[in-house]
Amino acid sequence: MSSPIVKLVAQRIALGILLLLAVSVLIFAGTQILPGDVAQAILGQSATPESLANLREQLGLNQPAYIRYFHWLGGVLTGDLGTAMSSGQDIATSIRERLWNTLFLAFWAAIVAIPLAITLGLIAVRYRNGWVDKLISGVALASTSFPEFFIGYLLVFYFAVEHQWFPAISTVYEGMSLGERLQAIALPAAALTLVVLAHMMRMTRAAILNVMQSAYVETAELKGLSGFAVIRKHAFPNAIAPIINVVMLNLAYLVVGVVVVEVIFVYPGMGQYLVDHVTKRDVPVVQAVGLIFAAVYITLNIIADIGAIVANPRLRHPK
Amino acid sequence: MTNELDYLSRRVAAGKLSRRDFLGRAAALGISAPFANSLLSSAARAAGPVKGGTLKAGLVGGESTNSLDPALMMTQVPFAFGKCWGEMIVELSPEGKLENRIAEEIGSSDDAKVWTLKIRDGVEFHNGKTVTAEDVAATLERHSDEKSKSGALGYMKGIDTIKASGKEVVLTLKEPNADLPYLLSDYHLIVQPNGGKDKPDAGIGAGPYKVKVNEPGVRHVGERFANYWQGDKMGHADQVEVVVINDATARTAALQGGQVNMINRVEPKIVDLIKRVKGVTIRNHAGPGHYVFIMHCNTAPFDNNDLRMALKLAIDREEMLKKVLRGYGSLGNDFPINASYPLFTEIEQRKYDPDKAKFHYKKSGHDGSVLLRTSDVAFPGAVDAAQLYQQSAAKAGIKLEIKREPGDGYWNEVWNKQPFCASYWGGRSTQDQMYSTAYLSTADWNDTRFKRPDFDKMVLAARAELDEGKRKQMYHDMAVMVRDEGGLILPMFNQFIDATGPKVAGWVDDPHQELMNGYALAKCWLEA
Repeated sequence: MSSPIVKLVAQRIALGILLLLAVSVLIFAGTQILPGDVAQAILGQSATPESLANLREQLGLNQPAYIRYFHWLGGVLTGDLGTAMSSGQDIATSIRERLWNTLFLAFWAAIVAIPLAITLGLIAVRYRNGWVDKLISGVALASTSFPEFFIGYLLVFYFAVEHQWFPAISTVYEGMSLGERLQAIALPAAALTLVVLAHMMRMTRAAILNVMQSAYVETAELKGLSGFAVIRKHAFPNAIAPIINVVMLNLAYLVVGVVVVEVIFVYPGMGQYLVDHVTKRDVPVVQAVGLIFAAVYITLNIIADIGAIVANPRLRHPK
Repeated sequence: MTNELDYLSRRVAAGKLSRRDFLGRAAALGISAPFANSLLSSAARAAGPVKGGTLKAGLVGGESTNSLDPALMMTQVPFAFGKCWGEMIVELSPEGKLENRIAEEIGSSDDAKVWTLKIRDGVEFHNGKTVTAEDVAATLERHSDEKSKSGALGYMKGIDTIKASGKEVVLTLKEPNADLPYLLSDYHLIVQPNGGKDKPDAGIGAGPYKVKVNEPGVRHVGERFANYWQGDKMGHADQVEVVVINDATARTAALQGGQVNMINRVEPKIVDLIKRVKGVTIRNHAGPGHYVFIMHCNTAPFDNNDLRMALKLAIDREEMLKKVLRGYGSLGNDFPINASYPLFTEIEQRKYDPDKAKFHYKKSGHDGSVLLRTSDVAFPGAVDAAQLYQQSAAKAGIKLEIKREPGDGYWNEVWNKQPFCASYWGGRSTQDQMYSTAYLSTADWNDTRFKRPDFDKMVLAARAELDEGKRKQMYHDMAVMVRDEGGLILPMFNQFIDATGPKVAGWVDDPHQELMNGYALAKCWLEA
């Protein structure tokens, strides 16, 4: 069993690395075609031709793009993300805390969202086409259909302004206890949960329903198992691959798609950090954040792939 | 009756009567609400500041790219936090007068060319060292150096030599300048040990609060500095905190939810809603900031003064003030100065006059439409304002074509490049500064391309004039010239609109900048 699976996994990882390299080229090219350059952005209104020329020289913006690309790539591979042009701070150091904050928020949102979505999916299957199913689907779809900022504002209005149960802003900082942190992120985590819930729930429901059509499920029902037992013992294990896929996709979204939620709740994560530096044309930071986001996305997708392979005997033992 | 009111307001200050009850009783005595409110705040001041607690501000204008280096301060958060940890050489009082801070005395030679600053004794930095004349001189030197990239560099370039001797700093200027003390009140000029030359972003100053936490773009915390030289006037709260909240809705929610005690930049369109919230007070007051449409005087078709005049007459200022600023502002008169500047004189208000506009438009001989560029970032409501302008101009037979530009890159690609666009100015502290920044022929930011040697001469002459009466007349003449011949269309001056939560006392409106010129955290206190 081990050799084909090791080969498959190795292939996936190699593909992932290639993909990441391709993404790095795209990111670099993308930041080059932004209007204006970082020298202009730093000087802003006060730019004069001489000061622009001086600053460009100083920042090495005069070298051809491909040389700058390899410089940058070499730095990234050795763990040096460079320094932010606008504030002169080391990017790796500033990102570390921000990334940790984003992961912290994503982690707690996921802890709530994933079990909730899967459980709701299972319940929806058990009572399929009944009012419970319709209610669950309806509410979940509605919460997903609203834009995140709208859900965020609704939560703020009700829980922070009207009732003052949770803070309206989620500033977290060092020295806060875990409890304080959790209270601070309650609202953004809830907003994120509502946003990703429906996708996972609907996919769980669809994947299991698909399996429920199979002959062996009918057999299980005929041998007298209860509704939930059939789903748990026979349907769910066979539907796990697509569920892992959708869970991973949503996990990736929780990390890289939180920009709007972070801005609304003033949460010091990667999204806010990225937005600040995009407006400043701070190219090294934008590139670094872009690359980290891409790496997270690709890694989670690889995990999803591998999970699906491991869970599926047909992929595990290809003929 | 006044006795009774006095008594009542003292009871409120002592916490024995609620503010609401007081207003009710005042109304029963026939007193209007604004007057009653002002009585209350003076009573609260008379009762004296309350020491202790944490005062928090939720502010727009902070980014993760901010630095504690005063030279690089540009946005509201570093500005407001700078007033907490830094001490100035001189400052402008809320009444517009000069207030000596680290400089105990400022004097000049008769020709306004050599200035002497006497440095106050007993002012201490947070690191325990005493502020010396050398520190002040080094600070000024650093900001005069191109390398510091200081926001004050423009004015500092006018200083020729800086010398410290004993307790005095002597400045020799390249050209006479009667406004020098005002220029030294620029918020970048925070006095640092050795001028910050060793470590510009160390955050060591002589202000009422020591920097405790500095997380750019997230929050800044200051802890009361025990040895502050003027502890009775500033630094009432034990701790001050600035939380960066760039989203307007989140900012108001944080104030309503009680996470912060004050916020800046309340949007005019929601002021009336916020007013109704219990405990929240709107603090709006006039400042020098203004919203503008600017024409390049040297680019066709705007090189024709009749066309410029037609466009100036074709704008309905009153409507714009009412609809875009919801009344939170004042009418502009096509020159960049208003009553918040020293030496201001009234000039007849220009009104919307479609007939006269039509006349001048015909006389200009221009045919076809005029292209106006606007953007969301030009000023809040700039797109709406452009549309209102289009309609009022249409009534005068002038066809305005509006192009909405993307906010990204507006300041690089459109402002100061395209011949007719929307923009804003924050204003300066003196008329000379304002005119020198944007109306001298040689100014980089002459965004109306108003290049008139006769005007330049007037600016320089007024700058060197020490007689106030003569200066006032000179500024009046300059204003008339810009108003009638320049490329500036100035429909309105905006107001600073801040808001405070319950229990915040000690607020004094300051026309120079928002949040009491940045001192709100240092000067306000929390009532018990």
